[in-house]
Amino acid sequence: MERLLYLIHPESDGSLSTRNLEGLSAAKSAAQELEAQLQIGVWGDQIRPILDNLAGISPAPVLIVEDPAFKDGRFASDAAAMTALCRKAEPTLVFAASSPRIMRALAAVALRMKGAVDTHITDIDTSSGHLRIHRWYYRQRMQAEQNRQERPWFLVLESGIAPALQVEKGQVETVAVSCALTPKEMRTAVEGKQLPKGDSQTIKPDAEMLFVAGAGWTKKQSDGQIHADVAEKLILDFLHKSGASLGSTKSLVDLKGEGQAVLNFMTHLNQVGQTGSTPRHDKGIATCCHGEEPHVVGWRFIGERRAINLDANCGWAQGKADVLYVADAFQVLDEINRLLSE
Amino acid sequence: MSVFHIVVCAGVVPDPLQSLVPADDPAKPALKNELMLPHVLDPWAEHALYEAAHLAKTRDGSKIWVISLGPKAKVQQVMMKTAQKAPFQLIAVDGTSSGFSDSFAAAEVLAQTINSIEEINKEQLLLFGGWESASRASGTTLQLVGEMLDIADQFQGVDELSVLPDGKLRILERLEGGEHQISVCTGPPAVLGWATGNLPEPPNNPQIGMVNMRQMMPALQKAQVADLSQPTVYHSVELPKQKRETQVVRDKPVQEIAREIVEWMRLR
Repeated sequence: MERLLYLIHPESDGSLSTRNLEGLSAAKSAAQELEAQLQIGVWGDQIRPILDNLAGISPAPVLIVEDPAFKDGRFASDAAAMTALCRKAEPTLVFAASSPRIMRALAAVALRMKGAVDTHITDIDTSSGHLRIHRWYYRQRMQAEQNRQERPWFLVLESGIAPALQVEKGQVETVAVSCALTPKEMRTAVEGKQLPKGDSQTIKPDAEMLFVAGAGWTKKQSDGQIHADVAEKLILDFLHKSGASLGSTKSLVDLKGEGQAVLNFMTHLNQVGQTGSTPRHDKGIATCCHGEEPHVVGWRFIGERRAINLDANCGWAQGKADVLYVADAFQVLDEINRLLSE
Repeated sequence: MSVFHIVVCAGVVPDPLQSLVPADDPAKPALKNELMLPHVLDPWAEHALYEAAHLAKTRDGSKIWVISLGPKAKVQQVMMKTAQKAPFQLIAVDGTSSGFSDSFAAAEVLAQTINSIEEINKEQLLLFGGWESASRASGTTLQLVGEMLDIADQFQGVDELSVLPDGKLRILERLEGGEHQISVCTGPPAVLGWATGNLPEPPNNPQIGMVNMRQMMPALQKAQVADLSQPTVYHSVELPKQKRETQVVRDKPVQEIAREIVEWMRLR
């Protein structure tokens, strides 16, 4: 019989993330279908707010490692805490929702537990009575269904893997697990966070819409001139009024290193596609993008998609967008901004 | 002043601009015509190399080793360009660069290779690489190498490294929403899985290229063959089927397009 351990750390504000609610939902379903025992392990500084949301998920007590030393995301302490939880639970399967803390340390935990690890899991299939997973390869270019015989098997789940679990408030039984850190595991101190530079926060993972700016914004326009300053104003104005998150193609980000006209607020962090991020938003609008496949994968997980481009054959759009407007994005965005101001 | 022994794990991957199609046998997944495809240095590992070169240039006595696990012929092809970017010593390992290979097996090979370099002082070791590859993209290989080398300080999604006057390392790692976590580590050894960093691609330097190439050909000839085990059972590997029926709207006034888009944006 499989024994499934689900690992959780609190967010920086102490809350339980939506991704974890989705991951818990997937874990609960998988445990039921595999007739596995589900147990939850939580580590961090202040974990009571998390525990209050875990009632009714599993009859097994929640394993906890609670200490101020585990407040911040640090490889050595996170790996030590997760290893302690795994040694206590002796699981055959370990699930965790993707986060920088999990991604930084879970593979090392798998190695310490003599197990195997797979990450970026987008779907779990237990219909055959055995666990199979789906994940992407070559940066969202192709998808595989796979499984392993090795145990314990550690899986890092992507957001959206299942509908979020409905929280049931209440008391849960807990078992404290001891985890003492060595001086070697405390060589790194987390000093805080650095917020995005610039006047405008352009990356918003929780935004409903993704706005993708392509290299066309900084190319010569119909009057033979480059209008990067106008493009900057239009895009920032749109982001401010719509609350959209900003993505860009690699070619636009790279222009900065090539000494060409640039959008000053754009950084590598905005880059979507094969060498950037693959954000998840309900809606997306692509403007002035050209259509190379590695860039197009940047909006693989966008729900409804529209594009504005002077090129009717734009690869961002044909077969990938729901609607393509063949128009000048400068003019259209200016008018959209005017309408959004009304 | 701190001296660093920087090992950059940098594999090769099919050029992302190429069409990538899975081969027909899902049980043995591979890319169609994989060895015919032009390859490039893995993009995030490439950033790691540029950051390593920048760091080593400011620290006299520091040295860079690049370990590249991939088909020898492809590594050689890629190194013709990479060799002109920064001075380093290549250690080639002849094996698959397939995204379907196992990260544990790759990590074991890389860790053994690093352990075999007698010149490296582990107390000065900075293990660099991309935080994910453009092939498997699991974000686990470099972490496993670090763990196998018993390195207790690991950082992933790194965009900035600075050495403080007291020799400590100040590191910025990507979080989400454009935020970075700031950490200070007492010094090497440490693992840094790089995201894009902040440095532009260095210009080609033919003189550096000539010096590098002199030792690269012997390194390629000496490349050990690595047979990577594959414990994963694949049931299917396929391209996404989703293809949308795109409605192409031409000759519509700008005002109407804008109104239509705003209405669509406001729909819940």
